[in-house]
Amino acid sequence: MDLLSNRSSASGLPVSLTINGAHHDVSVDPWVTLLDLLRGPLSMTGTKKGCDHGQCGACTVLIDGERINSCLKLAVSLDGAEITTIEGLGTPDNMHPLQKAFVEHDAYQCGYCTPGQICSAAGLLKEGHAHSREEIRELMSGNLCRCGAYTNIADAIEDVMQAENVGAHREAAE
Amino acid sequence: MDTSSRVIGFPVSRIDGPLKVTGTAPYAAEHEAPDGLLHGFVTVATIASGRIAEIDLTEAETFPGVVKIYTHQNRPRTAWWDKAWKDEVALPGHPLRPLENDRILFDGQPVALVIGTSFEAARDAASLIRMTYHEDEPHTDLRFEQDQSYVPKEKRSGISPPPKPRGDADRAFSQSPYQISADYFQEGEHHNPMELFASTVIYGEDGSLTIHDKTQGSQNVQSYIASVFELKPDKVRVLNKFVGGAFGSGLRPKHQVFLSVMAALDLKRSVKLELSRREMFYLTWRPATVQTVSMAADDEGHLTAIMHHAVQATSLYEDYQEVVVNWSGLAYRCDNVKLTYELTELNVSTPGDMRAPGAATGVFALESVIDELSYEVGIDPLDMRIRNFVHIDQNMDKQLTSKALHACYREGAERFGWASRSPAPRSMRDGRDLVGWGMATGVWEASLMQSTAKVKLERNGHVTVSAAASDIGTGTYTILAQVGADSFGIGAEQVTVAIGDSSLPKSPVEGGSWTAASSGSAVQVAATTVRQTLLKHARDLPNSPLKDASVEQTAIRDGRLVLAVNDQAGVAIADIMDAAGVDFIEELGEVGPDQAQMKTFISYTHSAAFVEVKVDEELGVIRVTRVVSAIAAGRILNPKTARSQILGGVVMGIGMALHEEGMFDHRTGRIMNHNLAEYHVPAHADIHDIEVIFVEEHDDKASPLGVKGLGEIGIVGVAAAVANAIYHATGTRFRHLPITIDKLYYAQEAAE
Amino acid sequence: MKPFEYLRPSDVSEAVAALAANPEAQVLAGGTNLVDLMKYDVTHPGAVIDINRLPLKEIEQLEDGTFRIGALVSNSIAAYHAGIAGELPLLSSAILAGASPQLRNAATCGGNLLQRTRCYYFYDASTPCNKREPGSGCGAVGGVNRIHAILGASQHCIATHPSDMCVALAALDTVVDVAGPTGDRQIPFLDFHRLPGDHPERDNTLQQGEIVTAIRVSGGHFKRHHSYLKLRDRLSYAFALVSVAAALDIGEDGTILDIRVALGGVAHKPWRDPLAETECAGQPANRDTFQALATRLLAGARGQGDNDFKIEMARRAIVRALEQAAAGTPQIQSHKAIF
Repeated sequence: MDLLSNRSSASGLPVSLTINGAHHDVSVDPWVTLLDLLRGPLSMTGTKKGCDHGQCGACTVLIDGERINSCLKLAVSLDGAEITTIEGLGTPDNMHPLQKAFVEHDAYQCGYCTPGQICSAAGLLKEGHAHSREEIRELMSGNLCRCGAYTNIADAIEDVMQAENVGAHREAAE
Repeated sequence: MDTSSRVIGFPVSRIDGPLKVTGTAPYAAEHEAPDGLLHGFVTVATIASGRIAEIDLTEAETFPGVVKIYTHQNRPRTAWWDKAWKDEVALPGHPLRPLENDRILFDGQPVALVIGTSFEAARDAASLIRMTYHEDEPHTDLRFEQDQSYVPKEKRSGISPPPKPRGDADRAFSQSPYQISADYFQEGEHHNPMELFASTVIYGEDGSLTIHDKTQGSQNVQSYIASVFELKPDKVRVLNKFVGGAFGSGLRPKHQVFLSVMAALDLKRSVKLELSRREMFYLTWRPATVQTVSMAADDEGHLTAIMHHAVQATSLYEDYQEVVVNWSGLAYRCDNVKLTYELTELNVSTPGDMRAPGAATGVFALESVIDELSYEVGIDPLDMRIRNFVHIDQNMDKQLTSKALHACYREGAERFGWASRSPAPRSMRDGRDLVGWGMATGVWEASLMQSTAKVKLERNGHVTVSAAASDIGTGTYTILAQVGADSFGIGAEQVTVAIGDSSLPKSPVEGGSWTAASSGSAVQVAATTVRQTLLKHARDLPNSPLKDASVEQTAIRDGRLVLAVNDQAGVAIADIMDAAGVDFIEELGEVGPDQAQMKTFISYTHSAAFVEVKVDEELGVIRVTRVVSAIAAGRILNPKTARSQILGGVVMGIGMALHEEGMFDHRTGRIMNHNLAEYHVPAHADIHDIEVIFVEEHDDKASPLGVKGLGEIGIVGVAAAVANAIYHATGTRFRHLPITIDKLYYAQEAAE
Repeated sequence: MKPFEYLRPSDVSEAVAALAANPEAQVLAGGTNLVDLMKYDVTHPGAVIDINRLPLKEIEQLEDGTFRIGALVSNSIAAYHAGIAGELPLLSSAILAGASPQLRNAATCGGNLLQRTRCYYFYDASTPCNKREPGSGCGAVGGVNRIHAILGASQHCIATHPSDMCVALAALDTVVDVAGPTGDRQIPFLDFHRLPGDHPERDNTLQQGEIVTAIRVSGGHFKRHHSYLKLRDRLSYAFALVSVAAALDIGEDGTILDIRVALGGVAHKPWRDPLAETECAGQPANRDTFQALATRLLAGARGQGDNDFKIEMARRAIVRALEQAAAGTPQIQSHKAIF
């Protein structure tokens, strides 16, 4: 068993992470979350803190390909993981199809929940469980948007799904 | 002037969009400092009324990484007079001075600030502070305390108190054949923008401060900080380049900026302070409100009397006021009107403006009552409203600059399919569900505020627009680029927009739906002045082809100033500037309300919201399945971002109707659901199809641009339209917001 | 959060030894509840034992058809597992009714059993709470209690268990595999969680040092007639006010061979009354039978003021869920219309 720290440790524990394809060897205290590691020491502020308790989804990143709330993950528990954040999906000059669709559909207003929405949508597409607009809405419900861009977000995701030929189609009129 | 470029009025995508979708737009807490950052964490009071008895910092102060802990016992000196603490939009009363003394006036009041070398050190040390209190009995229940209400002694600046009564409302009411009188209650709501309130204070070597703050007004915070800390204004610069939503919560400086600046000045270090979601419930709120509305009509459904009384919660230290009841005197024609408005002091933080402050609240009651009355009289709810249409503002006895509300009714009803509505409650079904169709009118004031902006044209044709305006998700960057681009015949993406910086030209706080009209018009004025200066230089050229042209006769095409009717006659901008010996032309534009016009005219935006709900009556489940929102708001600069503003208002209106309430334990005066798991805002699954219609409305008086503003109108009336639809579905009137699932059970129980 | 030792055992016996040796230690799996509670200062373990490296991530179907779900299988993997979705669709549906996709990706099946209540007073460390701090009192009694228990509460605690998955597990035939310092044992699911009584600080019957290693679930005979119906304050991403896991096995003559009803959101544990269910055997699978069963289930229900509505809500939800089950039209969690 690894006894990785005792409580008086101030030097931190070694953690090795691959973030957006780049290898990071960092030293972190066990009580540091992935979210705070990203936004603080690693200066990767694209991932947002909206509640810090898994209640809003703004901090969503992809860990080993799965969408996860980074605020509830202790960084030390992720040793060896591959993480993709919003910065890893695309850049202003080379946007991911979801990022382009969000711009096109005005699928945001203030933009603060947006990185989490997009990472979540990337996870949703990969999971492949959403086949209708109703399912998109249900399976995006872990990402709150206080500006109320929900319908545009659903439009953007639906566009990308269709482009990927996943077979999504608008639900019949309710 | 030629404005043929396809910019204004077109659905231009946000120019800041690529930054937002890639996580490269930095918000208040996302900045570094050359000297590294210290981190703050706030400890809040856990009583609602009383005094701090004892503070034990023993464990906290020795926690690894703690730099300093501030309480009222060691807070550095600040300005003494209240006046110094009054920000640009302060209220009557005494502004909160964080850590001023041992008195606790509301649950969640900040009582200590921990500064640590890391976020975790500050956070974890804060949990070791032992604070004990002498607790007094708290008063937080508005319904219980409303008999203590009073008419505010000092009026809030910019807020009209209720007009004097007109006619004899009591008598007209009692003599009318159809009467409704009802009480309405709505619980307090919390803004909860997704971005946490935060400040990054960068301490300069010369003692100057650069502050990245979450605010709707960089200059408001700048002058507040300079005043409170008695600093030279030129030593304080405030930036809010990106604001993660605010909805009114960021109009006034919040305690995180005070506390982080206090620590930075004291420690001579750069400091970051990001509040927790829990603290977002203690900053400000849409106040709990009790309303009583009485309305009467004659046999034809014409309104004969309206009486509207509201009592709102405020804090013990400031008299927050908003326009709640006045709407009832101006939305419909009625000659007998009595409107009254009072406050009750509670152990709460001072309420604040939240999206359509006052209107969202007052119009909920008004539009519920008129709906109820329409059923009494026996006419269609939409027809009832049309019958009482009014072309003037009877409160102020003023003409309206425009009012295309008829078009909202017509186009909204058509798109919604209102004509096929079955009038009787409980008469429409879809499988197990009862179906209800309801509607409501919305109204909000259209204001033009004193604003300035600069426009700079460079020799290479590049245009920069600058103003200390803010973009809180409203699209300010994009519409200012569009207005700037329009004047120079270029695309919006070719304009650089500099906003969110207190050092830029004077602008008001971003609120009240006035930014597009005010800053937009200021940009237009500045751009026109630039064009005039350019033309003047061009005329000075030898053999100038533009010698006899006026600025209206010219256009800019492909980097040349030309005659609008003849592209061939013109001069390159670069040549004009070279000849004049300048590298750029920069001019200031200024706009403000036209005082002479305001004597006879007043301006409002209008809307009609149509809502379909489906109600599983047995289980109490309500779904809003369809909304059509038709808006009359003058000229629409950008239909794409404009539509988003309305969508956002509708969604927040659905939250107001069905979900949102701060839940107090009145025994302790404490808010118990201070998180996003238990304070429910609508989620994706709650929001179905929403259609937005902008009706044609030409208005040459509301603002120089013809724009009226869109930030608030989208929410006004939505809660009433939802409640009215629920009535149509179920036959039960719900007058207490939010209409949560339990209320359907209790209503059925009461009916049995 | 308070500083803690962080230990990462590599097998179950190491984990058990570490947990048994330190009464202040707590187990970290998905973290969605523990890290949340640590940040709110509700719990402050002296040591965190990260069991994510333990080999408890398999789902296997045993010869008798029972599914053995490793404690570290994520909620998502369990819900979408073809075998589980096919044979135990009630379990899949209940899992998908809970939390959000992101949380389900992180949260584990073992952890789901151990999640703590969402009582406002438990979560706010500055209020009295006998569950958080035994002897401090209960803020929820007489306070804001619309989400609280109507069944099985005590004067010391009126909290509810927040899980959706556990409601389905309670309805199905479930056994919890546990490893402990004195060896392995199996706990029947209905004995796993407990009522608050005089010790609301104890949510379940695990002994010091015990770790959940797997959940064994069967109930394939309910795959045609089942439904998980959840009522809440918004249409997704909210905890249940009341939820019902309903399962039926109906004979060819339309009478009930086997019936199960478990309730969520109403008690300190998923609520079931096996005796009342047994008495339904042989009766027709219709509304009258369902209403009678609902009355039996709610016989001792008592409101706390704000939550009085839950009694009637539960009664109606039981009947509706059973009707859905009987009709073979289970609630689909992405469909917000309730048929």
